[in-house]
Amino acid sequence: MTDNNLVLEIKDFSFTYASADAPSLKKINLPIEENKITAMIGPSGCGKSTLLRAMNRIHDLYPGNKYEGEINLYREAQEKENILHLKKENDFIKLRQEVGMIFQKPTPFPMSIFDNVAYGLKLAGLKNKTELKDRVEKALKDAAIWKETKDRLNQSALGMSGGQQQRLCIARAVALKPRVLLFDEPTSALDPISTGAIEELISEIKSEVSMVIVTHNMQQASRLSDYTAFMYLGDMVEYDKTENIFLNPKEKLTEEYITGRFG
Amino acid sequence: MSGKLFRNFSFLSATLSFFILVGIFAVLFTYAQDAMHEFGFDFLFNETWEADEDDEGGIFGGFIPIIGTLLSTLIAMLIATPLAMGISIFLTEIASETIAKPVSIAIELLAAIPSIIYGMWGLFYFAPIVHDIFGGNGVGLLTAGIVLAIMIIPFMAAITRDSMNTTPQVLKESAYAMGATKFEVIKDVVMPYAKGGIIGSIILALGRALGETMAVAFLIGSVMSLPGKITDPTTSIPVLLANNFAEAQDLEMSSMYFLALILFVVSFFIISIAKFYFLGKPVKVKK
Ligand SMILES: Nc1ncnc2c1ncn2[C@@H]1O[C@H](COP(=O)(O)OP(=O)(O)OP(=O)(O)O)[C@@H](O)[C@H]1O
Ligand SMILES: [Mg+2]
Repeated sequence: MTDNNLVLEIKDFSFTYASADAPSLKKINLPIEENKITAMIGPSGCGKSTLLRAMNRIHDLYPGNKYEGEINLYREAQEKENILHLKKENDFIKLRQEVGMIFQKPTPFPMSIFDNVAYGLKLAGLKNKTELKDRVEKALKDAAIWKETKDRLNQSALGMSGGQQQRLCIARAVALKPRVLLFDEPTSALDPISTGAIEELISEIKSEVSMVIVTHNMQQASRLSDYTAFMYLGDMVEYDKTENIFLNPKEKLTEEYITGRFG
Repeated sequence: MSGKLFRNFSFLSATLSFFILVGIFAVLFTYAQDAMHEFGFDFLFNETWEADEDDEGGIFGGFIPIIGTLLSTLIAMLIATPLAMGISIFLTEIASETIAKPVSIAIELLAAIPSIIYGMWGLFYFAPIVHDIFGGNGVGLLTAGIVLAIMIIPFMAAITRDSMNTTPQVLKESAYAMGATKFEVIKDVVMPYAKGGIIGSIILALGRALGETMAVAFLIGSVMSLPGKITDPTTSIPVLLANNFAEAQDLEMSSMYFLALILFVVSFFIISIAKFYFLGKPVKVKK
C-alpha cells in the first residue's frame, strides 16, 4: 500500500468525550483509500460513529471533547493537511464541503426537494440559477432519484418515503462534489428494497467519491466494501482488504465477530 | 366503577367549560343589545364617550379605547417579537448549558409575576425614564406598550424556546455537515422547524396583550382622547371597563358590554387560531 492513493489517513488518533473519563478511541490507525469503499464494523459502542464523526469534525459542535493524533486529508497535489488543527469556522465549512456525511435516519430539511439539493451549493456561494438547476439535476440523476422527483421538485421533501429521503440526502451531499462521504448506518432505518437501492447507489458513485461506511450488516460490508476495519472497545483490531477480513481474518476476535459468536 | 366515575367527571368538566364560554358570550351579547340598537356599527368609529346630565342616556363610541388597545398592543408586539426570538435563539443555540439553565428559569419566573406588579413597577420606575428619553408626561401609549412588551416577552420566549428545542439534533448536524454556519442552521433549519410554535406564541402573546388590564391601567393614562403622538396618554378597552364599571348606568353600561363583547370575540378568535391551527400541529416528519 503506497501513500499515493490515500484520501484520509488516521494516525494514532485518540478521542475522549467531554463527559467521559475513559477514551472512546485509543490510538486508532486507519488509511482511507481514494475511490474505494471502506467499511467499519464492530459491536455496538466500540466507537465506529465516534471515529466517523471525527473525520468531518462534527464532534466540534459540542465543546469539551479531547483528542490527539492526526487525521490527514490529502488534497490534489499530494499535499496533506491535519484536519485536527483546524480552528476557524471557515475552515470547518471548507472541510465539511469536502467530507460529507449521511446519517442513520434520513434528514431532509423542511424545504422543497429542489431546495434540499441546492442548499449546500447555495451555502457554497453558487448563485447562478441555471447552473444551480443543472447541478441539482445532475445530483438527483447521480443519486438515481431523478425519475421519481423531476415532477415534484417544488414539493416538500418531507412528503417522500424514507428510502427516497435517504437517497435525497445522498444526492444533497453528492451535489457538493465532496472528496469523501461518510455514512453512519445509512440503511439501518430502511426496508430491504430501499436498502438495495442505496447500496446500488453507493457502488455507482464510487468512481467519483471515496466512502467510509459504518454498518452492522455483515452482508452489506462484504457486498459493498473494498476494505474493512474491525473495531472493538475503542481499538482498531484489524484492517485489511474486505475479502481477507471475511475469509481469512488474522485476529481471533475478528473471526469471532464476523461468524456471529458475539456482538 | 371508579373509571366510569372519573370519565363522567371529566366529561362534566369539559362540557362545563364549554357552557361557561357560551354563557359569557350570551351575557355580553344580551347586555350589549341596547348599545347595539342605539349605535349599531358606528359604535366602532365614534370618538365620543359622554353620558347625559341625568345619567340616563348619552353618546358612546368605542373608537378611542379600540384604537388605544390596538396601538398599545402593536407597540408591545413590535418590541417583544424580535427580542423574544433573540432570547430563544440564544437559549437554544448559542448559550452553553450553564448559562441557558439559569436564564431559562429566570424567564419562567418573570412570566409568573402578576401584572399589577409590572404596572406598579412601570409607573414608578419606567414612566420617568420614558419621560426623560421621549418626552411626554411619562404615562401614555409608549410606556404602556413597552411594559406590555416586557410582560409578554418571557411568555413568548418560553414557548418559542420549547418549539425550537424540538428540532432534532441530527437535522441540525446534517446542515452543519453540509457546511452551514450557526446562523444558517438557525435560519434554515431551526426557524422553519419551529415555525408553528413561533407563530402560535406570537398570537397567544397578542391575545394576552389585548386583554391586559392592570398593568395598562397604571400606565396608559386613562384619558378619553385620541393619542396624537406616541407618548400621549389614551385609554384601552379593558382599562375603560375597569375604570367606569362602578358608576356607569343603562346605556353607558350597555356600551361597555358592547366593548367587552368586541374584545371577547377578537381574543377568542385569536387564541383559537393560535391553539388549533399553529400549536396543535407538530411539524410532520416521517419516521
Ligand atoms: N456524546 C457522548 N458522550 C459521552 N460518551 C459517548 C458519547 N457518544 C458516545 N459515547 C461513548 O463512546 C463509545 C463509542 O460510542 P459510538 O457511538 O462511537 O459507538 P458505535 O460503535 O457507533 O456504536 P453503535 O453501533 O451502537 O452506533 C461508547 O462507549 C459510548 O457510550
Ligand atoms: Mg454508531
